[in-house]
Amino acid sequence: MAILTDRDRGLVEQELAKLAGPVKLIVFTQELGTEAAVATEHLMKELASLSDKVTVETWNAILDRDKAEAYGVDKIPAVVVEGARDYGIRFFGLPGGYEFANLIDAMLLAASGQPQLSARTLEQLGGLTRPVHIQVFTTPT
Amino acid sequence: MRLAHHLAAASDLIRGDAIEATEFPELARRYAVMAVPKVVINETVSFEGALPEPAFVAEVLRAADGGGVLA
Repeated sequence: MAILTDRDRGLVEQELAKLAGPVKLIVFTQELGTEAAVATEHLMKELASLSDKVTVETWNAILDRDKAEAYGVDKIPAVVVEGARDYGIRFFGLPGGYEFANLIDAMLLAASGQPQLSARTLEQLGGLTRPVHIQVFTTPT
Repeated sequence: MRLAHHLAAASDLIRGDAIEATEFPELARRYAVMAVPKVVINETVSFEGALPEPAFVAEVLRAADGGGVLA
């Protein structure tokens, strides 16, 4: 079951060649997962096959509850995009369609650890003292 | 979505979740997601549509200060 077409694979491979460091895609699913969960795990493995900097780790959100809680994963499928450390980058649901481009961008971001933001934004974020949870609802099309 | 993840990478206090609305209908209902992208910050601030970086950051700071009431 290949999710990416040959053409997609070529384009993605070119993008992943820009990875500045290792990236781990931590997938949370469950046994007898939904179609979306199965597809998500498969897609992450396809991405890992396109770059030796990308690895995939799969956890069962029910059986490995401690791990899920540690990553704040309360629904599946979930993908944590981790670089040198956990930057708080999460995808819930299959990152397909428009979200696929964001997944690739998140991988490049996690690999470099260098957000592309203005100096003013970085200065403002430096003043944060309380946790901020941003949830962005999207659809594949 | 891209901006939320870059903000998350810039601060240990920020977490950015991309949520596929059709796969989590209960959550989408809870936050009254009618159009996408819909952004919900700390359960208190929400807006629809893509905002430029300064305006998005202003909403993040407003939520962090405990401002806003989610309709």
